[in-house]
Amino acid sequence: MANRLPLEGIRVLDITTTWAGPYATMLLGDLGAEVIRVESIQHFASTTRGMMPRPPAGLYENTPKGGMYQYPNRTPGETPWNRATMFNSHGRNKYAMTIDLERPRGNQIFKELVKISDIFIENNAFGVMEKLGLTYDVLSQVNPRLIMVRAPSYGVKGPYRTWRGYGSQAEGGVGHTWLSQYSVDDMPKRTLTFTMDTVGGCGIALSAIMALYHRQKTGKGQMIDLAQSQCVASCLGEAFMDYTMNGRVQETMGNRHPAAIQGCYRCAGEGIDEYIVITITNDEEWEGFCRAIGNPPWTKERRFSDAISRYQNHDKIDSHIEEWTGQHNKYQAVRLLQEEGVPAGPVLNERDAYNDPHLKERNFFLEITQKWCGTHLYAGFPWRYLRAPQKAYLAPCGLGEHNEYVFKQILKMSDEEYAELEREQYIGDTYLPSVR
Amino acid sequence: MLQQALSGVRILDLTWYIAGPYCTKLLADYGADVIKIERLGEGDPARRMGPFFQDDPHPEKSGLFLYLNTNKKGITLNLKTQTGQKIFKALVKDADILVESFSPGVMERLGLSFKELEKINPKLVMTSISNFGQTGPYRDSKSSDLITFAMGGAMNSTGTPDRPPVGVTRNVKMYEAGWLAAIATIAASYSAQQIGLGEYIDVSLMEVQLGSTDRRDTHLLSYAYTGFITPREDLTTARWTVVSSGYLRCKDGWVLVICPPVMWPKMCRALGRPELMDDPRFQNLYDLTYAADIDAILAEWLSTRTKQQAAQEMQASGVAVTPINTPEDVVKDPHLNARGFWVRIDHPVVGELTYPGAPLDMPEGGFQVRMPAPLLGQHNADVYAKLGYSKEDLARLRAAGVI
Repeated sequence: MANRLPLEGIRVLDITTTWAGPYATMLLGDLGAEVIRVESIQHFASTTRGMMPRPPAGLYENTPKGGMYQYPNRTPGETPWNRATMFNSHGRNKYAMTIDLERPRGNQIFKELVKISDIFIENNAFGVMEKLGLTYDVLSQVNPRLIMVRAPSYGVKGPYRTWRGYGSQAEGGVGHTWLSQYSVDDMPKRTLTFTMDTVGGCGIALSAIMALYHRQKTGKGQMIDLAQSQCVASCLGEAFMDYTMNGRVQETMGNRHPAAIQGCYRCAGEGIDEYIVITITNDEEWEGFCRAIGNPPWTKERRFSDAISRYQNHDKIDSHIEEWTGQHNKYQAVRLLQEEGVPAGPVLNERDAYNDPHLKERNFFLEITQKWCGTHLYAGFPWRYLRAPQKAYLAPCGLGEHNEYVFKQILKMSDEEYAELEREQYIGDTYLPSVR
Repeated sequence: MLQQALSGVRILDLTWYIAGPYCTKLLADYGADVIKIERLGEGDPARRMGPFFQDDPHPEKSGLFLYLNTNKKGITLNLKTQTGQKIFKALVKDADILVESFSPGVMERLGLSFKELEKINPKLVMTSISNFGQTGPYRDSKSSDLITFAMGGAMNSTGTPDRPPVGVTRNVKMYEAGWLAAIATIAASYSAQQIGLGEYIDVSLMEVQLGSTDRRDTHLLSYAYTGFITPREDLTTARWTVVSSGYLRCKDGWVLVICPPVMWPKMCRALGRPELMDDPRFQNLYDLTYAADIDAILAEWLSTRTKQQAAQEMQASGVAVTPINTPEDVVKDPHLNARGFWVRIDHPVVGELTYPGAPLDMPEGGFQVRMPAPLLGQHNADVYAKLGYSKEDLARLRAAGVI
């Protein structure tokens, strides 16, 4: 019994899009739940299995950068939807089936699955499930123990429930963007971030598991109305408390800290990511910092003799720090600082992370071979269990890859019926040519 | 009181600052009985971190601490004393979960490693949250919120090429670790109760970031697939269609417009300019020749509207436009207020204040405010009485520097 994952025996149906939903169901799959991703060959959900089902040739070949929408060797290939970084980065540990939910027979088959499942998760725009007739009212009739998580950006109740928006947009609505990056004045230049996808995804997974606890006690399922934007707002507690306690409207401080000396400093080297972050919180760390850089005369100046005057002269300290960091590569600089007990760390780009000795020793990256992409290293588990056997037991799933398993093993369908569904294009592993 | 999802789950909380306390807050807010154990005298260092109520730096007035420790009981205990360790083990016997965020090695040195504790309670789930994890060359390195983002997160891809990489909202990355630790912990406990065997969990803040879907896991895979990193980019120069997208100025601030070409007809209607759909300048939306013309039209439209009006009108036509809100806007936001997000909590020192409430709206067994954050050692009598200590014993323990 010891060698099992915590959620073994729990079945999850997954009609999710973009990042947050697929990330959540990957976490549940990592935990041992049997996650079945339900897709259709009639619809391509943009920004899920890539940006378009069949990107025009040449679109990717001449842009020498990474980003969110990439393919192995920058080549979409014959089945781009099975090769997209955007999906494959959290595509592991789920089964994938297709079904046309818009035709009654497909809709009915989905309900058969609901009958024998524990959790159903969706994060489509409000109205999609209504149109398909797959709301909780209907599905709870089919399975009263069902836990349904609906997680559009703003939830399914409230005045903005029909609002559209990606993670960057909804997190802007709850203050995250205002409190983020260099300064509020250079708003147009800033990078689109997706904090909401991580914390919204976590919210989906956590609420589903908590609902399992509740069901264990009461026998009852429920529908969770999850506004991902609220998950983000929950992570900005102190900024809201400052407003409700003191009427103060905080804004971003860039890389600075309200009390410590902190910054991101340029080191020696030509690369665009040769930087380190240093955080000096107290006198002890300041003294360690002075030792690490060889106690140059400027550190003895009166204006740097206590925490308050140091903070007042932050700009001066920054330029002194950069004189020193500029003479070392980022790893040397961090080693010298850490040896003296000073919090410091290099900015690690993707290449640096893959080569990082700490991550290697902890076997963080997972080597996964996927049918359509070959063998690569993927970001691994965000936590490690001592006993539960965490692994990538399924590679990032291809469209309809597990149709046979789902229809024949789980739904006990005959070979004839399966062939008929295929013939009538209820199921398949290729988007129909008309799909854009 | 209504049953909550996690009512009856007993948690011992040896965490401080943000990630650990947010993990146990999530579980406490949904019903778990959390006993927060603080060190004598100073307590959780978050008590010394701002913002403070009325800017008074008092250990019971930290807004950060007040927010992160709702629904927890608070006791003090000196784990460096033999008596303190004995009392702690008695508490472990009756707990389902222990979450701790000491530096790696501290629990072992106190004789309170998982190996020791599971002898007392074989069903115990123990979670250790640390900067870099319990093993590996960085295990004893010092870190901070921004260092975690630099090493683990997509910081190298955040900011503009002419400046150093830049962080996102302060402490958000700590909260993310709290979320993931809560999931790992409560899932393990679900199973531990069924199979009668405990579990140990090693959460590394750095690894949480590497797996974060705030771009990082996808950027890592892009590198693995193509050999290219994702550089910092100025969003104003990253345009690929003629339709304006990005952070645009309006009457009272900013909105974020994301308008892929398929949405262009909807935007024309929202602008009240349906004729633009047939305008010869904008027939090929990937041709940037007349980009400035569209920008001017949209800028003029935005200049007469507030961010809220602009978002509402565009959204009514199905175009994804959202306001960039300040914390003040958010507290007043009609949607969050209609959903009952803000809660009022009364506290013996700072009184009644508005706090962010439920991140997750569960109609059954959901979020409740049962009590405010604890005063330092507030529940000593209550908790230690349950272990059989009398009032006189408590006085002795206090004199001996144990509580």
